[in-house]
Amino acid sequence: MNDISGGNYTTADGRKIGSTLMEMKNITLRFGGVIAIKDISFDIHEGEIRAIIGPNGAGKSSMLNVVSGFYNPQEGEVWFRGSKRPPMKPYQVAQQGIARTFQNIALFEGMSVLDNVMTGRLTHMKAGLLSQMIWKGKAEKEETENRELVEKIIDFLEIQAIRKTPVGRLPYGLKKRVELARALAAEPKLLLLDEPMAGMNVEEKEDMSRFILDVNDEFGTTIALIEHDMGVVMDLSDRVVVMDYGKKIGDGTPDEVRNNQEVIDAYLGVAHD
Amino acid sequence: MAHASSASAGLDTLPRLLARNVAEFGDKPAYREKEFGIWQSWTWAEAAEEIEALALGLLTLGVNEGDHIAIIGRNRPYMYWSMVAAQMVGAVPVPLYQDSVADEIAYVLDHCGARFVIAQDQEQIDKVFEVHDRLPGIEHMVYLDPRGLRKYDHAALTRYQLLQEKGRDDGDRAELDRRRDAQTYDDTCVMLYTSGTTGKPKGVVLSNRNIIETSKASSEFDHLRHDDEILAYLPMAWVGDFIFSIGQAYWTGFCVNCPESPATMHHDLREIGPTYYFAPPRVFETQLTDVMIRMEDAGRFKKWLFHHFMAHAKKVGPDLLDGKEVGFGDKLKYKLGELLVYGPLKNTLGFSRVRVGYTAGEAIGPEIFDFYRSLGINLKQLYGQTEASVFITQQPDGEVRSDTVGVPSPGVELKIADNGEVFYRSPGVFVRYFKNDESTASTKDAEGWVATGDAGFIEEGSGHLRIIDRAKDVGKMADGSLFAPKYVENKLKFFPNVLEAVVFGNNKDYCTAFLNIDLTAVGNWAERNNIAYSSYQELAGHPQVLATMQSHVEEVNASVAQDPMLSGCQVHRFVVLHKQLDADDGELTRTLKVRRRIIEEKFADIIAALYDGSATISTETEVTYEDGRKGSIKATLEVRDAQVFDVQKVAAE
Repeated sequence: MNDISGGNYTTADGRKIGSTLMEMKNITLRFGGVIAIKDISFDIHEGEIRAIIGPNGAGKSSMLNVVSGFYNPQEGEVWFRGSKRPPMKPYQVAQQGIARTFQNIALFEGMSVLDNVMTGRLTHMKAGLLSQMIWKGKAEKEETENRELVEKIIDFLEIQAIRKTPVGRLPYGLKKRVELARALAAEPKLLLLDEPMAGMNVEEKEDMSRFILDVNDEFGTTIALIEHDMGVVMDLSDRVVVMDYGKKIGDGTPDEVRNNQEVIDAYLGVAHD
Repeated sequence: MAHASSASAGLDTLPRLLARNVAEFGDKPAYREKEFGIWQSWTWAEAAEEIEALALGLLTLGVNEGDHIAIIGRNRPYMYWSMVAAQMVGAVPVPLYQDSVADEIAYVLDHCGARFVIAQDQEQIDKVFEVHDRLPGIEHMVYLDPRGLRKYDHAALTRYQLLQEKGRDDGDRAELDRRRDAQTYDDTCVMLYTSGTTGKPKGVVLSNRNIIETSKASSEFDHLRHDDEILAYLPMAWVGDFIFSIGQAYWTGFCVNCPESPATMHHDLREIGPTYYFAPPRVFETQLTDVMIRMEDAGRFKKWLFHHFMAHAKKVGPDLLDGKEVGFGDKLKYKLGELLVYGPLKNTLGFSRVRVGYTAGEAIGPEIFDFYRSLGINLKQLYGQTEASVFITQQPDGEVRSDTVGVPSPGVELKIADNGEVFYRSPGVFVRYFKNDESTASTKDAEGWVATGDAGFIEEGSGHLRIIDRAKDVGKMADGSLFAPKYVENKLKFFPNVLEAVVFGNNKDYCTAFLNIDLTAVGNWAERNNIAYSSYQELAGHPQVLATMQSHVEEVNASVAQDPMLSGCQVHRFVVLHKQLDADDGELTRTLKVRRRIIEEKFADIIAALYDGSATISTETEVTYEDGRKGSIKATLEVRDAQVFDVQKVAAE
């Protein structure tokens, strides 16, 4: 197998992977005296599905929060699309083209699915407050265009039947799908998924896997995901970063990672003598 | 009227009807589909252009006259166009059930020798690929939705829209015209596979004559018009959908509306408000249950309003619909009810504009049927099968009842054989079973009479046909009277508390029955009455549940007793089973039909107890769990005696 760590190759199933989209250089993140992430570096290539795995408390979600700009690391640099990213507010990161879903679902429960997904378009709405209030000219045109895109996503994720349903009434698995829809509505360059399959049954997991693959395939979206379910991770991702106690202990293709002794130890535990 | 002319005016193939519709209603909508949240529509002229482009595209693929083209997908305009495009190039469309598994698809594709497949999406394409090795005959596949298919090898795979484009650019128009002109009234229009509850599916060959004569007669019977609207949501492989959404739509020129997805069907139904509607009984049943559950949650005033006016509707609604004389006060009150209850309810259900509604396929509960009729919805029953191009009998306006299936459709002759089996002969009678002369000969005799496999009788006076059972299930009691288990079982199953019923009695002195409680309905009742139970078995054996079941059985006995022919079928003794009859245990078919032989063997001890007079029976039954493991449940069941009624006594009352 040729070396894929540099990007710019074609996968076995014919997807084109580009060069580096995001690079994390020597990231260290501390909360007071607790070191959540310790000197971690890895990169994400354009068009790939990149997974971050690790046992509980390994620092996966913290890592994702660094990528999404929610946490600013004390040390290290985040490079996105060829330039170094200064400390940013989450909304500025969103404007850069990074969207995410949350481990424990953060939707507007009282709003309909459609309205929730429309909020994903907020960063793309340019019309002024006045124009939006009187609902004329630019605001109206903009809404129509955005709605069209949102409808395509609704169609894509097969949630037409719940378009007008308040999110609070939906079962868990569907909420997860709505969250994915909202993230997609932002037309992200990089999509971050925090445990997309957590709490799902086998069938829901299969559906979600299918959607993640289809999103990557159809829109060419780069995806970084955190997941507990090893089977899912190994099937979905092109490359995997393994973390344990805030450190990176493995990085490579699913096969490489699976055979890495350190990774096996971290997951299965070793006798400490 | 333009439609009065028929084959003589050259309207003898669907492509010719299409051309007529373009000429007459060119700018009127022919197809609508909800996509991306909006109803997209195509006029007859636009649809004809799309169909022609696809037909030209099929020519570039090398489709020959007489080829079979398999079509697999859900109701979408594009899939309907595929059927007509196939006919245009002289090929035979073969629609398949989209939920068939790969093996079933393999059987049909192999049997009809299809060279081409038009499939809706990746799911269907994958199924064909899965069995591709066994099907060397498949040359090329066309797909509609490209999602997930980008990376597939496209050597023998083309996207629908690209094929149309290719057709528009390079298609041989002269050849298309030649083929279109060469078709005759007796050429094959479509081949439909019967679902095959017994044995392998059979390919029913229907000619242009079958389809067009049937469509014409049935359209005229119900006065269908070109401004009618239907919602196409039933499987495309089913003959009914072919007649409604293609045959009648092309004959009268009405608009076919396709829902956004199967899950949005009820919502889309409400938006479209069809004027002509078909649904199997279970759809009506589910809708009624939904209404009732929502009314339970409504405020006290609303509940009162609903029940008060529904009671009135039940009294006069059906008569008003049938055009019978109703008192002025009642009429006025019905008008008020229409304003307050019936109108809004019909709107919610999507039935505000229904002029003609049909149900068929199985028996519909009289309460359900009357509920819709009393609202002023012209719901009727029909009886048909694939081999008849649907219509055998149907109910004319003003002669609608829940216990008959109507009078012979125009052009249909009926006769009842000595054993009670119903035979028919009509212009819609199929040409033959494809590659199965033996079955053709055993189903259709030399004079064109076709055996339905159902037993029934023609009611004296009204001339309506009444179906009592499958002919092979009808037997004789020991005293020689008629034994029709399904007739009684259906009556029992109309009670919401009864999920399943199996009646025994062939060659016996009296009838007995097994009953299954409906866990949803009975569980709900238990909850409301503070009855605690820990398992299905315990609930099924609860004395109050048994008492309720007994009252249901006795009510059915009273109703069966009114029919002198079938009065011997009253249930004398019954048990409420400790387990639900299940397809996993082989007791039901996958389509949830009762398998009598297996049940008779498996529960032989309980049946013995039903006939030896014992009051209880202890039994042990093997069950299969969903993951395939096996276990067994033990139970002691109470055998109950039900009151039976005397025929003469009831008649005398």
